[in-house]
Order: sequence, then C-alpha cells, then structure tokens
Amino acid sequence: MILMSLEILVISVVAGVFGALLGLGGGLIVIPMLTLLLGINIKYAIGASIISVIATSSGAAVTYVRDKITNIRIGMFLEIATTTGALTGAYIAGLISSKYLYIIFGLLLLYSAYTMLKKRNEELPVGVVSQPIAKKLKLEGSYYDKVLKKEIRYNVTGVNKGFGMMYIAGVISGLLGIGSGIFKVMAMDLFMRLPMKVSTATSNFMMGVTAAASAGVYLVRGDIDPKIAGPVALGVLLGATLGTKIMTNMKSTTIRKIFIPVLAYVSIEMLLKGLGV
Amino acid sequence: MESKKNQNQNEKIENMELIISKTLRAGVLISALIILIGLIIFFATNNSGYPANSYPTSIAAVLKGLLSLKPYSIIMTGLLVLILTPVFRVGVSIITFFQEKDYMYVYITSAVFIILIFSFLLGKVG
Repeated sequence: MILMSLEILVISVVAGVFGALLGLGGGLIVIPMLTLLLGINIKYAIGASIISVIATSSGAAVTYVRDKITNIRIGMFLEIATTTGALTGAYIAGLISSKYLYIIFGLLLLYSAYTMLKKRNEELPVGVVSQPIAKKLKLEGSYYDKVLKKEIRYNVTGVNKGFGMMYIAGVISGLLGIGSGIFKVMAMDLFMRLPMKVSTATSNFMMGVTAAASAGVYLVRGDIDPKIAGPVALGVLLGATLGTKIMTNMKSTTIRKIFIPVLAYVSIEMLLKGLGV
Repeated sequence: MESKKNQNQNEKIENMELIISKTLRAGVLISALIILIGLIIFFATNNSGYPANSYPTSIAAVLKGLLSLKPYSIIMTGLLVLILTPVFRVGVSIITFFQEKDYMYVYITSAVFIILIFSFLLGKVG
C-alpha cells in the first residue's frame, strides 16, 4: 500500500514538472502511467487527473503570477470563452459524432505542430503589432526573462481568432474531456503570438479554473479515490514547483522543442482514435 | 506626468500579482499539509475510517468524517481545499481589479466567476 502510494507520488512529480513547464494539465502523463503501469481503473485515473490539473495550475501559478509571466488579463478574458465553450460542449455531447471531432482536431494539432516546428528557433515573437482591441482590453504586457536577463515587452494580435479558438477548445474539452492545456497554448502561441513562456504560464493559470468547475462532479460520482488522488496532489504540487524553477531558467526555444513532440504525439493519438484504429 | 501615472499603474498591477500569488501559496500549502497529515495517519493506523473500498463522495460526508478525524476524510478535505484554490483565485482577482478601479476587468472576471459557479451547480463542464 505504501509502496504504491510512493510510486504514484513519483509519477506525479514527473507529471507536475512537465505540466508546469509546458502549460499542460498532466493528464497526458498521469492517466497512462496510472492505468498501464499501476493497473489502476481508468475511472479513478481520470478522477486523479482532474486533481492533477488543479494541482499543476495552482502550484505553478504561485511563481508564474508573482514573476508576472502569467498575463492575468489575457487569462481572465479568454476564460470567458473556455468556460462557455465547455458548457456548450457538455450540452451538445451526443449530438455530434466524436469520431469526426477527433479527426478534425487531430489535424489541427498536427498543423500547429508543423507551424511550431517552422519557428522552432524563434526565441521571442518578432514583428507583432497590437490590434486595437488588444490595446482596448489592455492585453499587452511585460515580464522579466531570467535567461535573456531583460524585461520583455510584448504586443498582442489575433484577439478574435484566439478567443474563437478558446471557445472551441472549451467545447472540445467539454465533449471529449481532453485538451485542457494543449489547445490553450496553441491558440496563444499561434494566433495571439505571445511569447512561449507567457503562453504556457497563462494556460497553466486558466486550466485550473475550468477543472475546478468539473471537479465537483467527479467527486460526487466517486471518481476521486483519496488513496490515489491524495498522493497525486502532493506529487504534482511538488513537481509543479520544481517545473516553474526549470521553466524560468530555460530558453523559450528549448520549451518549444519539448512541446512540439508532445503536440505531435497527442495529434496522432487523436487521429488514430478518430479513425477507430 | 504621463510616466508617473504609468508607474503608479505598474505598482498597482504588481501589488495585485503579489496578492494573488500569496493567496494561492497559502491555499496550496494548507491543502498539501492536510493531505499529508491524512496520508500519514492512514498509513500509521492502517485504517481509512471507512469500510474497504469506500470513501466519502460528498462535501457533507467529508465534513462529517472530518469531525471524527477519519483519515480518508482528512485527505478529502485537503483535496477540497485544493479544488477551491482556483475559484478563490478568481474571487480575489475581482476584488483586486475593483481596487485598481479597472471596472472593465471587474466585469470580465465577475462573468467568469458566475459561469464557474453556474457550471459547478450544473455539474456538466468537462
């Protein structure tokens, strides 16, 4: 019993590190590890992954918010789209075949992996001119980059596209229960052209809010088993704290190089699911 | 004049970020501590306080078990605190935006908060 808790703890530390680093929820690591490695029922693994998302988000946000890497305005503004999207998704579930959704969004992620690959050596976005609406919403920001040793000011574009994509991301997560972080990072990176660090930190900040809304349901359904979710929470919190230290001292290009294979892996997995392989 | 105004604005934003970060850290530390205590008691006594393979699945049941210090209820209480940290974070943001007199974001953040509560009640957001 203690041994298994320790194993869960170690897995969760790893999930927390990667989650904080890449702006993802950690479900990507927690679910397969718990089910395949430890033989835990998928129901409890999903319940634990919701806890993992919240732990990553809150654990990472402590540092990212303090260091001003998280753009709270962008996070809150986009959160309107994600939460309403998630509500829509929950309601239209069953009306749409998830098969096509997996294919469409698998392709979209694959395309964004390709675009990211093209700009893999771009440390910071260049030539971004702020849209008037971005100025109106005060979305522009700045943070101190420890690696570049200077204050980075950034402009924001593609607000409408980003907002739309976030709504769709919400619908998808409401429908398929996936993509708490990956679509958020993608929308901020691809459409809004934010610095990579700002995208992952803001994604981290946001995903906890959405996950908290659904956590209650999982609790009532009995999917959150304390002997599994407890060690997951502790491990992920520890891992996320470590992850933030690694991220702030890492080059954006390196973060992106870790992100691309993850993106490609998820897109291929989604395509396979859609094709029924 | 303009730069002084900007500086004040920046200080306020910085202030807000510190407040949010501190509330988060407090929430995270408290929840981790409660979970840890629950796990330690569980392993030390080898008793979850509940029949095999069962545990509390509602807030009321968690709180009831907590009163008699059942290890599983203690762990669940810690998890509940963790689940509430993001909700808390949104609530604190509303207050800090209000203090900054940034009313546009008071509305935006309140909208998020309402949607959050709404979906919490509906229990359907995934």
